Amino acid sequence: MQPDMIQAEGLTHYYGPYPAIQDVSFGVRKGEILGFLGPNGAGKTTTMRIITGFMPPTHGKVTLDGYDVVEQSLEARRRVGYLPETVPLYTDMSVNSYLKYMGTLRGMSPKAIKARLGEVIDVCRLGDYRKTQIGKLSKGFRQRVGIAQAIIHEPQVLVLDEPTIGIDPIQVVETRRLIKELGKDQTVVLSTHILPEVSMLCDRVLIINEGKIVAEDTPKNLAAGLQGVDRLEVEVGGPAAEVLPVLKAIRGVNEVAHTNNDGRHTYTIQAESGQDLRDAISQAVISNGWSLRGLQMVGMSLEEIFLRLTTHEEL
Amino acid sequence: MRTVQAVAWKEIQIYFSSPTAYIVGLIFLALTGFFFTQDLGNPFPEATLVPFFDGAIIMFILLAPALTMRLLAEESKLGTIELLLTSPVRDWEIIIGKYVASLTFFLALVILSFFYAALLFVFADPDPGPIYAGYLGFILYGAAALSVGLLTSTMSSNQIVSAVVAMGILLAMFFADRAFGSVSGLAGEIIGEMGVRGHFDDFSRGVIDTTNIVYFLSVVVFFLFLSIRTLESRRWR
Ligand SMILES: Nc1ncnc2c1ncn2[C@@H]1O[C@H](COP(=O)(O)OP(=O)(O)O)[C@@H](O)[C@H]1O
Ligand SMILES: [Mg+2]
Repeated sequence: MQPDMIQAEGLTHYYGPYPAIQDVSFGVRKGEILGFLGPNGAGKTTTMRIITGFMPPTHGKVTLDGYDVVEQSLEARRRVGYLPETVPLYTDMSVNSYLKYMGTLRGMSPKAIKARLGEVIDVCRLGDYRKTQIGKLSKGFRQRVGIAQAIIHEPQVLVLDEPTIGIDPIQVVETRRLIKELGKDQTVVLSTHILPEVSMLCDRVLIINEGKIVAEDTPKNLAAGLQGVDRLEVEVGGPAAEVLPVLKAIRGVNEVAHTNNDGRHTYTIQAESGQDLRDAISQAVISNGWSLRGLQMVGMSLEEIFLRLTTHEEL
Repeated sequence: MRTVQAVAWKEIQIYFSSPTAYIVGLIFLALTGFFFTQDLGNPFPEATLVPFFDGAIIMFILLAPALTMRLLAEESKLGTIELLLTSPVRDWEIIIGKYVASLTFFLALVILSFFYAALLFVFADPDPGPIYAGYLGFILYGAAALSVGLLTSTMSSNQIVSAVVAMGILLAMFFADRAFGSVSGLAGEIIGEMGVRGHFDDFSRGVIDTTNIVYFLSVVVFFLFLSIRTLESRRWR
């Protein structure tokens, strides 16, 4: 098995007396897109700043492609492209000269920069703005310039801190497309507090809250299996007062919730883990002479999982 | 090396396109011109640049910090320091690059002020020794003042704070010998030795003493070293 591209062990960071993150450990495989999901103040930015070598952790250790980000900082930093949350840019420079400058700082030769610049501008769709002063660009375009500087030196690891925050919805779509594309051949670590974003982009997600990792899985598993409950939604044409007890009586059903939307009666059923109750439910409905108008399995939404995980509720 | 060059070049471009730098340059040339003509207006004009250099030194207590305050404070404020410090760039490369840029702009000002010296040579018959020595002293003083300003710019993300603190340090250095001249014993002597005046006056009198050159160069090295350490320590905060 290949060693992990990023290996973080027991990261703890104190800004003052309180730890911003505590004992955070994780690994990121080569080519993987890993998402950090957590509310504001959870410790996402702190973690990103540590893995990019911006600051050393109070305790713990990170290696990047085998290089310790503190001890072998330069080697590690050579392999990282980073887009900080604030998208820092020199607003009085043009897109072209900014990217050239950043390329030079990342150790590229003028020749290498010349060869790569066009590519990056194409990938980030900045073609019409090469000569534009960065300060005059919209937020969405600045975000792209920010991503462009992060990938100009073709880093092995791309770290993006809340890459879609504060830009308009159309630009969000564009930025996500770009990240998805970059993730095809790069290791990407991104953070977000937007739940659907991780299911859209990430191979794996770490949920972080109050400085601790509270869950780790694929977005799909988090949404389906993890909570040990399978859910079904059934729409039944029949008197709710009679339907409810019948559904509850089915073996394997834990809980039934009823909603009435203008005469459309929908029942949300929590089933015991691992049981497929669709046949039992449809038989029960039909044998009572009611009509079965819809039946589908629904996973828990990430929002719900998130709430459960972070409010310390029993799963 | 390429990194130092890139950092320096970027800052130099900013100097030559920023109003602050031009205002500083203008004030510098106007005021030194004023000192210069004042002296020529004397009934018994001495053909020297002593008042010019004295004026320039005092002005540079105010002007050097204005030239350097942006250098790192702005990076902290914009957040671009985060990109700088996560690039495979050594901390000293950043500091030296920034320093070289400020020194370049300063030297450009010095070259413009050669105009006054040229006037002196055209209309009078000055002793060239003190003028060459004075220029050397002034350049050394400027180099030292800029290194002080660079340090304070590294310490704060607020340009004004950075400038004011630098002015404070430069003033203290300027008056060190006078303020502590009364302190007797070794302490007084050491502090006196740290004063700028004593080391500069030799130059404008036409004396090039190696100790004075070493003094100014040590100041530069000391403050650049502190700047590099300060930048490093930012990571640990
Ligand atoms: N520079 C700082 N100084 C002091 N506290 C900080 C600093 N940066 C972050 N914090 C604190 O650390 C915690 C984690 O912050 P952060 O990593 O920025 O979270 P996130 O990026 O998930 O919003 C928060 O409680 C925040 O207030
Ligand atoms: Mg953050």
